[in-house]
Amino acid sequence: MMVTERRPILLANGRILDPSRDLDIHGDLLLADGVIREAKRGIGAAGVPEGTEVIDCKGKVVVPGLIDMRAFVGEPGAEYRETIASASQAAAAGGVTTIVCQPDTSPVIDDPAIVDFVLRRARDTSIVHVQPMAALTKGLRGDEMSEIGLLKAAGAIAFTQGAKSVTNAQVMRRALTYARDFDALIVHHTEDPDIVGEGVMNEGEFAARLGLVGVPTAAETIMLERDMRLVALTESRYHAASLTCAEALEVLRRAKEQGLQVTASASINHLTLNEIDVGPYRTFLKVSPPLRAEGDRTALVAALASGLIDVVMSDHNPQDVEGKRLPFAEASAGAIGLETMLTAGLRLVHSAELPLMTLIKAMSSRPAEILGLAGGTLRQGSPADVIVIDLDSPWVLDPAELKSKCKNTPFDEARLEGRVVRTIVAGRTVYEYV
Amino acid sequence: MNIAQKSTFVLNQRHLLGIEGLSPAEISGLLDLAEEFVALNRQIEKKQSSLRGRTLINLFFEVSTRTQASFELAGKRLGADVMNMSVGSSSMRKGETLIDTAITLNAMRPDIIVVRHHASGAVELLARKVDCSVINAGDGSHEHPTQALLDALTIRRNKGRIERLTVAICGDILHSRVARSNIILLNALGARVRVVAPSTLLPVGIERFGVEVTRDMREGLRDADIVMMLRLQRERMNGSFVPSTQEYFHYFGLDQKKLAYAKPDALVMHPGPMNRGVEIDTAVADGAQSLIREQVEMGVAVRMAVLEAMSRTLPNA
Repeated sequence: MMVTERRPILLANGRILDPSRDLDIHGDLLLADGVIREAKRGIGAAGVPEGTEVIDCKGKVVVPGLIDMRAFVGEPGAEYRETIASASQAAAAGGVTTIVCQPDTSPVIDDPAIVDFVLRRARDTSIVHVQPMAALTKGLRGDEMSEIGLLKAAGAIAFTQGAKSVTNAQVMRRALTYARDFDALIVHHTEDPDIVGEGVMNEGEFAARLGLVGVPTAAETIMLERDMRLVALTESRYHAASLTCAEALEVLRRAKEQGLQVTASASINHLTLNEIDVGPYRTFLKVSPPLRAEGDRTALVAALASGLIDVVMSDHNPQDVEGKRLPFAEASAGAIGLETMLTAGLRLVHSAELPLMTLIKAMSSRPAEILGLAGGTLRQGSPADVIVIDLDSPWVLDPAELKSKCKNTPFDEARLEGRVVRTIVAGRTVYEYV
Repeated sequence: MNIAQKSTFVLNQRHLLGIEGLSPAEISGLLDLAEEFVALNRQIEKKQSSLRGRTLINLFFEVSTRTQASFELAGKRLGADVMNMSVGSSSMRKGETLIDTAITLNAMRPDIIVVRHHASGAVELLARKVDCSVINAGDGSHEHPTQALLDALTIRRNKGRIERLTVAICGDILHSRVARSNIILLNALGARVRVVAPSTLLPVGIERFGVEVTRDMREGLRDADIVMMLRLQRERMNGSFVPSTQEYFHYFGLDQKKLAYAKPDALVMHPGPMNRGVEIDTAVADGAQSLIREQVEMGVAVRMAVLEAMSRTLPNA
C-alpha cells in the first residue's frame, strides 16, 4: 500500500550522511514527487515549494533508508510467523525501507508465478519496498538449478539456497556458470551440514560446559573455501550470505585480493553478540550459524570497519513462542531483527568500534550497489527512501511493543541507545516515533 | 549400369575417423563426388556396381535409425553386401568386448566397417585392431564426419558456396559430435562459425576452436546465413545443465521471432532427431526456410561418396 507522496518534505537542520558518496554535512534534505531533490545547507532559507512539510531534524541524523539483505517473511505458507504486512511494519519501525526476503517459504519461491505473488502481496500490503530472492535450486532441494533466467525476468533480485548450502559442488559449479550468463547474483549460505550435524551452538569450552553439541567454525570456512575455488573456476559473481568467524574472513580476504567478484554479509547478531550471551540456555540467542566467540565477533567488526565485510543484514527470522519454549537443543533457531538492526548496530558506533558512516553504508549503499537497486543513496533523483535517526536517546526494548508477529528478540529488555524517529518511503512518512 | 562418373576422387587414407586430418581439397573432392550421387539417387535405376563383391558391416553400438539406414542404403546402392549389427550396451562390458567384437568381425574379412559408439575415441580404438577400412558414424562427443559432410553439401547446394558464409551453430555444443565435426569442416572451407549456447553447454576452451562464442541468440544469429540447431537431450534439461525446457526454449529455442534476427534469406538446419518445442518450434522446422528434409537426402549421397572414394583404394580394387 505504498503511495508516492506528491507533497514535498524538507528535512531541515540535520546531519546529512550519504554513504554512497561519503557525504557528511549539516544541512537540509528536500524530497518531492517521490524522489530526492537536493541535499545541502540552506535549502530552507532559500525558500521551498508551497505546501512543503518542514520537519526539524536538529540534533538528528538523516541517512538513506536501510536495505536489509536477509529477512524471512512468512508469505506464502508461514503467515502465523510473519506476513509481508507485519514485516513491513517492523521494518519501517527499524528504518528498513527495503526488505530483501528469503525464498524458503512454502511453497518455495522457485517459480515465476510465486515471485509474482510476493510482488503483488507487497504492492497491496507492504508499507516498504520488498525485493524477493528466488531459490537457486528447485524446491531448495539442492540438486537441480531453478529457472534462473525466467525468475530474474519475473523480478527475483538474487538467488539463494536460503539458510542452507548447496552441498553438491557440481550443482553449485553449474549454477554459478549458468547464473553468470544472466548476470544473476548468487547469495550463498556457507555451512557444511554434515560437519554441523546436531550442533546447536559454537563449538568450544562454553558449549562443552553447557553440555550442548557444538558447531566448529570449520563448517563455515570449508564451505566458503570450496565456493571461492568455484567462483575462481567459473569467473562468476558471488555474495557470502552470513559470515561469522575470523577463519572465514581470512578466506574472504584472500579471495578479494585475488580479484574475485566476491562480497559478503554479516548479521547484526554476530556483530553485537557472542556465545556467552546464550547464558543460561536462552533460546532467543539460538541462531544459525551460532553466535561465536568474542574473538570472532571483534574480528567481524574489524572486517566491517575495513570494508572486508560489505553488508550488515538483520537475518530476521521470526519464530513463534512454542518453538522457542523448549530445551535449547530442541528449540528453533532464529531471531527477529528488522526493527532492532539499526539500534543494535549503533552500539558499535557508541563504543567507537565503528564509524557511523561505515555502519550506514553497510546497511544501505553497499546492499544497493551489490543488488543493483536504486536506493541506498541521497543523490538527486534517487528514490525518496530516507530515515531520521536520533543517535542518543536511551530506551529499553519492550518486546510487546515490537511490530513483528513474533517476539523472539535477542535484545529482550536490553538497554539501547539511539533509534529511528522517522521513516520515509517513496516520499511519504510511514513511521514516526513520538 | 554405371553412371559416367566425372569425379576420380580417391580418399588416400584407410579410415575416415573424423574431419580432422582431411584437407580442404579432400573435403571438396568428397562433396563433388557426392553431387554425382545426388543425381543418381533421383533416378529410378539407382544401382551401381563399384562395391560389388565387397562386404560392408554396420556396427552400431549406439541406437540410430537414420544414420544406419542411410549407410545401409548407400552400401546397397553401390552393390555391396551389407550386414547390420546393433549391439545393445547392456550386453556389453565396455572396452574389452569392443575389441573382441572387432577381432571377431575382422576374422570374417569385411572390406569396410561403419561404427557408431557412445564413447569418444572408441572408433579409433577399434580401427587399430582391424585390417579393413573403418568409417566413424559417430563416437561419443568427438566426431561425426559424414554428418558434417552432408551438412556442407546441403549448404553448398543452397548457397552456392561455403566460404565467407556465417554459420550459427546453436545448442548443446558441449555434448555434440555434430558441432565439433561441423566446426572443423566449416573453418577448413573458410566459413565464419559462431556457437550459441548457455555457458553450461559450452566446452571449456571452445574459444580456441576458431569460433565466435555467444550466450545470446540475438547476437548469435545476427547476419547468419545458416542457422544450425542441435538437439538437446532430455537428460540435460532437468536442471543439471539447463533448468527446464520452458527456460531453454524461451532463451535458446529457435522460433520465428529469433529466426528474424538472422539474414532474411537464412536457412535452418538440424541433424535430427528434433525435439519440437525444445530447441526448435514446429513452424520453423516445417517452414520455408528449413533444409532439414534435404539434409537427410544429402546424407545417402554423401555416404555413397565416402564409400566410393574409399573403395578406390581398397586392396584388390
